[in-house]
Amino acid sequence: MNPERSASIVGISEYPLRLARGVSPMEIKVDCIRAALDDAGLRWSDIDAVYDAGDGEAGGGLQLSAYLGLRPSVIDTTQVGGSSYEFQAAHALRDIAAGKCRVAILSYGSTAASNRFAIGTGGLHRGGGGNWQANMEMPYGSTLIANYAMVKQRHMHEYGTTTEQLAGISVSTRRHAMRNPEAVKAMTDLEFVGVNEITAADVLESRIVADPLHLLECCMISDGGGAVVIASAEVARDARKPPVWIIGSGEATKYCENDGDITTSAGAQSGPEAFGHAGVRPDEVDIAMIYDSFSITVAVCLEDIGFCKKGEAGDFVAGGRLAFDQPGRLTLNTDGGGLSSNHPGMRGIFLLIEATRQLRGESTSQVPDARIALAHGNGGMLGSTHTGGTVILARD
Amino acid sequence: MPKRPQPRFPEPNTEPYWNGVKERELRYPVCTVCDQVVFTPRMHCPACGARDLEWRTSSGEGTVYTFSVVRQNRMPGFIDLGAYSVAYIDLDEGFRLLSSVVGVDDPTRDIHIGQRVRVEFEEQEEGEYPIPVFRPV
Ligand SMILES: [Zn+2]
Repeated sequence: MNPERSASIVGISEYPLRLARGVSPMEIKVDCIRAALDDAGLRWSDIDAVYDAGDGEAGGGLQLSAYLGLRPSVIDTTQVGGSSYEFQAAHALRDIAAGKCRVAILSYGSTAASNRFAIGTGGLHRGGGGNWQANMEMPYGSTLIANYAMVKQRHMHEYGTTTEQLAGISVSTRRHAMRNPEAVKAMTDLEFVGVNEITAADVLESRIVADPLHLLECCMISDGGGAVVIASAEVARDARKPPVWIIGSGEATKYCENDGDITTSAGAQSGPEAFGHAGVRPDEVDIAMIYDSFSITVAVCLEDIGFCKKGEAGDFVAGGRLAFDQPGRLTLNTDGGGLSSNHPGMRGIFLLIEATRQLRGESTSQVPDARIALAHGNGGMLGSTHTGGTVILARD
Repeated sequence: MPKRPQPRFPEPNTEPYWNGVKERELRYPVCTVCDQVVFTPRMHCPACGARDLEWRTSSGEGTVYTFSVVRQNRMPGFIDLGAYSVAYIDLDEGFRLLSSVVGVDDPTRDIHIGQRVRVEFEEQEEGEYPIPVFRPV
């Protein structure tokens, strides 16, 4: 393992509600920043670096800094979709290691559910078109879900993957969600049809949203948010909780290309980069927090990062065998994931938060003695223009 | 008649493509420096950065690379359509196009990966541009 211990996650906070009517995204960000600082034992005035994906009403690092009333020495407005927070964590490690800052804050706030924002079914380019991609896509009424569905269709065709196999992702994720009181409240508040554990048969019997993706393979749309405090080794030594070190990262992009393989994601580049940086192998990872916008996202990313071979994710996830109490090395999405706990649009920050909980021993589906966790965000649209951001975390 | 959204201009990357569509031709740019097919259309070659592109005309025949059937949407112009397909089509000249496979009884059963398809230009209720869609050969 890479001996470098430059930057540590020292504070985390996940907004407790998934339906927060009358609350603004900026309030969610501020509440989460305060809670994450409290978790770390740090003060407002300790923040000297602001990372922001331009969510809420702020519009990036400058506007958020002004709103918060901070004068940071590092501002980073990386916006690459739902994986923005993995990219930002990677940048925070670099900036802290370079001595440019000591206490970095990442934050997120969204009221997608209260605003009835149709992320998956509202169509691509809802702003109206008039750019090089929109002009080619808008006439066909494709949706974000249909794009992911096309990846699943091709994966099934090439590798014989079945919906029953992939349902294992939804099954284990829901098991974790039912152990997480905030996820149970989320599913209740968002009026899920059944707030209970599910089987592969339940997934197969749920209605098809876009062939071949069933409803129970699709993430929820919630309100929510969170914050993560990343600090230097010196600050981490005095923090309230044990340090969770960022030991490796990888960032990559991928697009729909002529002759390209739609079943391979940017994770095929960011994953190996992160493992190389961290000096660990996939089989040493205890916890995989993978962006579960859809079942197929997890399957493709598990393969690309290197947890199994290309085309073998169906077998790897079947039967819910990545649940926290199943035999085998790897455990997936122990907070209940975007499928069953929290997805306000950009889930990447929650991957870092739950990975940190696991390495601190604070998860509601705790893996005993978890030592190494991986957070992999997929931003943009799998199968089309997207990013992969991989972050590897370790405790002492 | 269908009411698909029209492309919007000014948009210099895709304007030659849509001018071709108006003349019932599927046109695509090729880099004259490295011979790369440039698609989605742009004003430069993404392989080498050259700005010297030449527009050619496709035979309009290709293969379904992958597809989905949209059962739920909240888009004006599509809400009332029922189930409709979206598909990536690999044209024989080597470019991949997002489009729709039409002219089948049941899109959930009658479309498959590898299917041979040919372009047709679907007239729209409004707007000057027909929309290229594909029908099984
Ligand atoms: Zn070229």
